[in-house]
Amino acid sequence: MVVTNAFVQGILLGGLYALFACGLSLMFGVMRVVNLAHGDLSIMAAFGALALVDSLHLAPFVTLLIVVPAMAVLGYLVQRGVLQRSLHVSALAPLLVTFGISIILQNGLQEVFSADNRALNIGSLATASLRITNQLSVGWFSLLVFGVGVTVLVALQLFLSRTSTGRAMRATSDDQEAAQLMGIDNRHIYSLATAIAFATVSVAGIFLGMRTSFTPTAGPALLIFAFEAVIIGGLGSLWGTLLGGIALGVAQTVGAQVFSPAYGILTGHLVFLAVLALRPQGFLPKAVTV
Amino acid sequence: MTADGISVDTAHTLAASTIHRRGRPVGVTAGAGFILVALLAVLPYVASRVTTYDLVELYTLGVLGTMWNLMAGYGGMVSIGQQAFVGAGAYAVVWFTNNNGVNPFLGVPIAAAVCAVLALPTSYLVFRLAGGYFAIGTWVVAEVAKLFTTQVRSLGKGSGVSLQKMSHIDPTLRNRLVYWMALGVLTLAIAATYVVMRARLGLALRAVRDAPTAASTLGVKVQRSKRFVYVAAAAGFGAAGALTSLHTLRVEPDSAYSVQLTAYMIFIVVIGGMGSIEGPIVGAIIFWELQRELASLGEWYLIILGTVAVVVTLYVRNGVWGLVSRGRLHAFPVGYTLGGGPRESGRPRGSRKGEDERPDDNAGNLKGVVQ
Repeated sequence: MVVTNAFVQGILLGGLYALFACGLSLMFGVMRVVNLAHGDLSIMAAFGALALVDSLHLAPFVTLLIVVPAMAVLGYLVQRGVLQRSLHVSALAPLLVTFGISIILQNGLQEVFSADNRALNIGSLATASLRITNQLSVGWFSLLVFGVGVTVLVALQLFLSRTSTGRAMRATSDDQEAAQLMGIDNRHIYSLATAIAFATVSVAGIFLGMRTSFTPTAGPALLIFAFEAVIIGGLGSLWGTLLGGIALGVAQTVGAQVFSPAYGILTGHLVFLAVLALRPQGFLPKAVTV
Repeated sequence: MTADGISVDTAHTLAASTIHRRGRPVGVTAGAGFILVALLAVLPYVASRVTTYDLVELYTLGVLGTMWNLMAGYGGMVSIGQQAFVGAGAYAVVWFTNNNGVNPFLGVPIAAAVCAVLALPTSYLVFRLAGGYFAIGTWVVAEVAKLFTTQVRSLGKGSGVSLQKMSHIDPTLRNRLVYWMALGVLTLAIAATYVVMRARLGLALRAVRDAPTAASTLGVKVQRSKRFVYVAAAAGFGAAGALTSLHTLRVEPDSAYSVQLTAYMIFIVVIGGMGSIEGPIVGAIIFWELQRELASLGEWYLIILGTVAVVVTLYVRNGVWGLVSRGRLHAFPVGYTLGGGPRESGRPRGSRKGEDERPDDNAGNLKGVVQ
C-alpha cells in the first residue's frame, strides 16, 4: 500500500516534470537548440513570484498572471537578441551561450536573494488531501499541478496542430529554408517558440516553488529531470514527454520509498540510463508535431 | 567553388600539387617546447613554494582545458559532464593509495587508466544522444557517478576523504613532486593532442566535426574516431582529478564532481580559442589570473565569467588566441597548405573563417588551408 501511494504520487509528480520538459522539447524541436538555462529560468520565475508576494503581498497564484507573461516577453527578446545570433555562429554556440546564461542566472539570483531555502506559501491547500482509501490519499495541490500540466500539454498540442502559427512552427521545424521560402519569418517563429518555452517553464517553476522549497542553484537538477522526461518519452512527442515525466516521477518516488529517500533521484537516473541503453528512441518516438 | 563543383581541372591540379604541412617543421616546436618545459621544471628550485603551489592549479586547468578542447574543438562534442571523470580520477587515486597501499604518484597514471576504462562503456551509452542532448546526457552520467561514490563507506560517503601517506613526506619535497607531476601531465596532454592532430586521426576528427556525413562517405570511421577522443580525454580528465587530490590532499564529492568544473573548462576554451592547441593554454592562463584577481568578488566573479563567455562566443569566435595570432601564428602547426610551400599564403585576410565553420563553407578550404 505504501508503494501504491508512492506510485500515485509519482504519477502526479510526472505532470509537473512534463510541464518542465515541454518547453525544452519545443525549443529543440523548432530550432534544434537545447537550452541549458531551462531549469534556471524556472527558478528565476519562482523567485520573481516570491518577490511579488513579498513586496506587493499578492497571493502566489495571482503572481502567475504577472510572471508568466513577463517571462514570455523576456523569452521573445532573448531569442531575438542573443540566441538568434548564436545560431549563425556555430552549432556549438547556442550550448555555450545558454550555459553562460545559466551561470549568470544562478549567481545573479544568489546575489539578490541569497543562498537560503525559500518557498511560496499557499496556506492550507499545501496540506489538504483527498482521502481515497484509508491508506491512500492524494493531495489536492498535487492533483491541481498534474491537471495544469496535462492542460498545458493539450493546449500546446492543439496550438501546434490546429493554428496557422502552430503549422508554421512545424513547417520551420521540418525544413527551415523551405518554410522561409513560403514566407514564414523564421526569426519570429523561433522567438515565439522560445516565448512559449519560457512561459511554460515559468508556470512549472512557480508550482515547484509552491510544492517545495527552492534555492538559486536548484535549476540544473530541474534541467536534468526535464531532459530525462524528454528522452524517456521519446524525442519530438508531447504525449511521450508526459509519459516520460510520469515514468521519471514514479521511478523517483517509488525508488525513494523502496530503497531509501536518498536513492530516489538515483533511481530516476538509472531508469533514464536503462531506457537509453534498451530503447533509445523512447516510449513514444516522434508521431506528430515537433 | 562548391563541394560538388570541383572541375576536372581543379581535381587534376589537386592531384598534381604537393600538400605541405603548414608552418615551421615540427622539430622547432618540439625543441622550443622541450626548452620551455625544462625551464619550468627547475622553477621549484628558484621560485617560492607559494608560486609552485599556485602553478599546480594552472597546470591542472591547462589539462582540463586541453582535454575539453580536444572533445569540443576537435571532436565536435560539447559535454557538460566530464567532471564525471575528474571526480572518478580524484577518488581513484585516493582509493588506490589508502586502500591498496599504492604510491600516490603512481596512482595518477592508474587513475587515468581507470577513467579510460570507465569511459569506454559510457561512450556507448551517451553516443546515442547527439548535440545538446549529448551534453546533458553526459551530465546525468556525472550525477550518477557522484551518487554512487557517495554510497561507498571507505570513500567517506557524502563528506569526502583525505589522502593518507602524503602527510609524512617532507612538505617542500611533496610540493615539488606534485609540481613536476602536474607539469608532466600537462606536457603529455598537449604533446599527445599535438601528435594526434598531426596524424591521420586528427584530420579525420576535424572532418567529422565540420561535416560528419561527408566525412563518413569519404571512409572516415566517425563513431570510432569520436570514441577514441572521448576515451583519451577521459584519461586526461582523470589525471587532472588525481592531481587535484594530490594537491589538496582531500577529495569531496560536491567539489570533485561539480558542474562548476565544466563552467571553468568552457570558459578556458572559449576565451582562449576553441579548436586550436594554443587556445586552451592561453585561456587557462587568463582564467587562472582572473581567478586570483576576482575570487574575492564572490558571485559577481562568476557572473562576469558567464557574461564574458557569452560575449566571446557571439562576437570573438576564435577567442583571444585567434585575435592575437590572426590565423598566421602557429605555435603548434597542425594544418596543411596546398601547393603553396610550407608557409600559409595568399589567403585574403577578410575571408578567414572560424575553426568551427558550417559544413557548407568547408569546400573553401580546398583553396587554402585545412585547419
